[in-house]
Amino acid sequence: MERTHYKQEINITDSLMTRINELISHYPEGKQKSALLPVLHEVQDAHDNWLSFELMDKVAEILQIKPIEVYEVVSFYSMFNQRPIGKYMFEFCQTSPCCLNGVEDLMDYTCEKLGVKVGETTADGLFEVRGVECLGACGYAPMMQLGDSYKEHLTKEKVDQIIADCRDNKITLHDK
Amino acid sequence: MSQKILLDKVNIPGIKTYEVYRQNGGYASVEKALKTLTPDEVVEEVKTSGLRGRGGAGFPAGMKWSFIDKKSGKPRHLVCNADESEPGTFKDRYLMEYIPHLLIEGMITSSYALGANLSYIYIRGEYMWIYKILERAIAEAKAAGWLGKNILGSGYDLELYVQIGGGAYICGEETALIESLEGKRGNPRIKPPFPAVSGLWANPTVVNNVETIAAVPWIVNNSGADYAKIGVGRSTGTKLISASGHIKNPGVYEIEMGITVYEFMNSDEYLGGMSSDRPLKAFIPGGSSVPVLPAHLIYKTANGEDRLMTYESLSDGGFATGSMLGSGGFIVYDDTSCIVRNTWNFSRFYHHESCGQCSPCREGTGWMEKVLHRIENGHGREEDIDLLLSIQSKIEGNTICPLGDAAAWPVAAAIRHFREEFEYHIRFPEKIKNRDHFVAEPFESVKHLVSKLTV
Repeated sequence: MERTHYKQEINITDSLMTRINELISHYPEGKQKSALLPVLHEVQDAHDNWLSFELMDKVAEILQIKPIEVYEVVSFYSMFNQRPIGKYMFEFCQTSPCCLNGVEDLMDYTCEKLGVKVGETTADGLFEVRGVECLGACGYAPMMQLGDSYKEHLTKEKVDQIIADCRDNKITLHDK
Repeated sequence: MSQKILLDKVNIPGIKTYEVYRQNGGYASVEKALKTLTPDEVVEEVKTSGLRGRGGAGFPAGMKWSFIDKKSGKPRHLVCNADESEPGTFKDRYLMEYIPHLLIEGMITSSYALGANLSYIYIRGEYMWIYKILERAIAEAKAAGWLGKNILGSGYDLELYVQIGGGAYICGEETALIESLEGKRGNPRIKPPFPAVSGLWANPTVVNNVETIAAVPWIVNNSGADYAKIGVGRSTGTKLISASGHIKNPGVYEIEMGITVYEFMNSDEYLGGMSSDRPLKAFIPGGSSVPVLPAHLIYKTANGEDRLMTYESLSDGGFATGSMLGSGGFIVYDDTSCIVRNTWNFSRFYHHESCGQCSPCREGTGWMEKVLHRIENGHGREEDIDLLLSIQSKIEGNTICPLGDAAAWPVAAAIRHFREEFEYHIRFPEKIKNRDHFVAEPFESVKHLVSKLTV
């Protein structure tokens, strides 16, 4: 099967590079590979929340490691995306304690409202709904992760409000 | 009110900031340790305290510290495990979010005890906002002279950083965490060598849970002996419990070890009883990996003794009639819950989170998920229950790390205590079509259908 090749414009700005260098400085000389996960987060946040091969190659170059060392890490961890995704990704926790508090009904509601199935992106590219595993918010269920923050004690009304806020550009995904 | 030593100051306005934390006695343990105690004396206090690893395994922390290789002369590291991901567990997050300097203080005092000059806090990727809180707290502590070179003129140097993960439960296993901290996939390492000898970058390393490290300042400020006075027997001190499910007051609680499960469940100081008038059906005391217990084994052990919130009492009766304190992820189920559905849910979790290194776990968790899925969706077969037991027994004990056991145990426990509920799903598929099948018709009201057929 041929892999779809998604195009991405790469832009490592000076401020991003400063942050990357700061992260590298957290590890001893020669151990810069340790900075890979934090660097991938920073780079992904600055590139519409996904990582193309070209971008991963760039990260490899910056950290002076082989591209495969980046690919194998990106494909292992669930927070790194290898394709373009919806701008606002609703990641509902669907592990047991959240289910006890009705997350399945809430996901159905959200999908219906947005006209997508779990794992799909809306046609305008704005929204995507995903079911993820335990986010460590069991006492505040049902909940979802949106960008760098958690939205907890969710209800249908709260989901409506979040969707409206996203459309009105009132949601900050990454607090830099 | 029981004694609090971790969360006693959490409600002080502004305690998140360095100034307020310091004004309220913060960083006293660093002063005391660096000025008046040798590293070995700190280790001894922690040994005396009886403090046990709060991540789930319950291994004595002082003993773990004493294993660190000091002879090789290699640099040593303390790594804090803040990769909290065990379903039902959200206690470390609370501590780090609301009183971050307690963890930073604990890291400094503990690093001094271990002779570590470079330490890390590894936090799960989803806790991004807490990562930023910790980064800020570290910068404040450094600016105030608690980190860096020659701290308080003692000659002791320490650098401390936070490392963010990428979303992988397995990185809570200490050697997987170390791999991840080295910028690799989170594949657990074969032990030995243990991290105490060869950990981060092959240097001697101790990995401790957030709550364990946060208890160290109190132990140093008071004494190990005072800490050991709290609690019962080998379950000393206090424990954070994160409670969720069908209860009135979900949240994070600090309890003195040794209170009864009944009091914790029902008193207004804690969970306040069930969230509705539906009866208690089952509970899991220590996160998804520990065995589920049915109602009749929750408040009393099989011997009829009060079940206590301690390592020993919760595991009383072994796996036949007991469970484990684990991480303190306390999940409560009322009779609307379906045990089969819950077990399938957990199996899906472990299948998703298996790193894939060992075939029993990689394949077995997938099989369990599939078989449980078909039972829950009305396509189960009579032999599926024994098939599940067979799969779980082939995973248990046959993997590099404990994720395999953690996936296997909940399945075995669910069948052990709720076998009839599995049989009901298999024999009456038309009755379980709706995912809320036990809301209108709880299992107790249809149980007779199964027993009739069994006889």
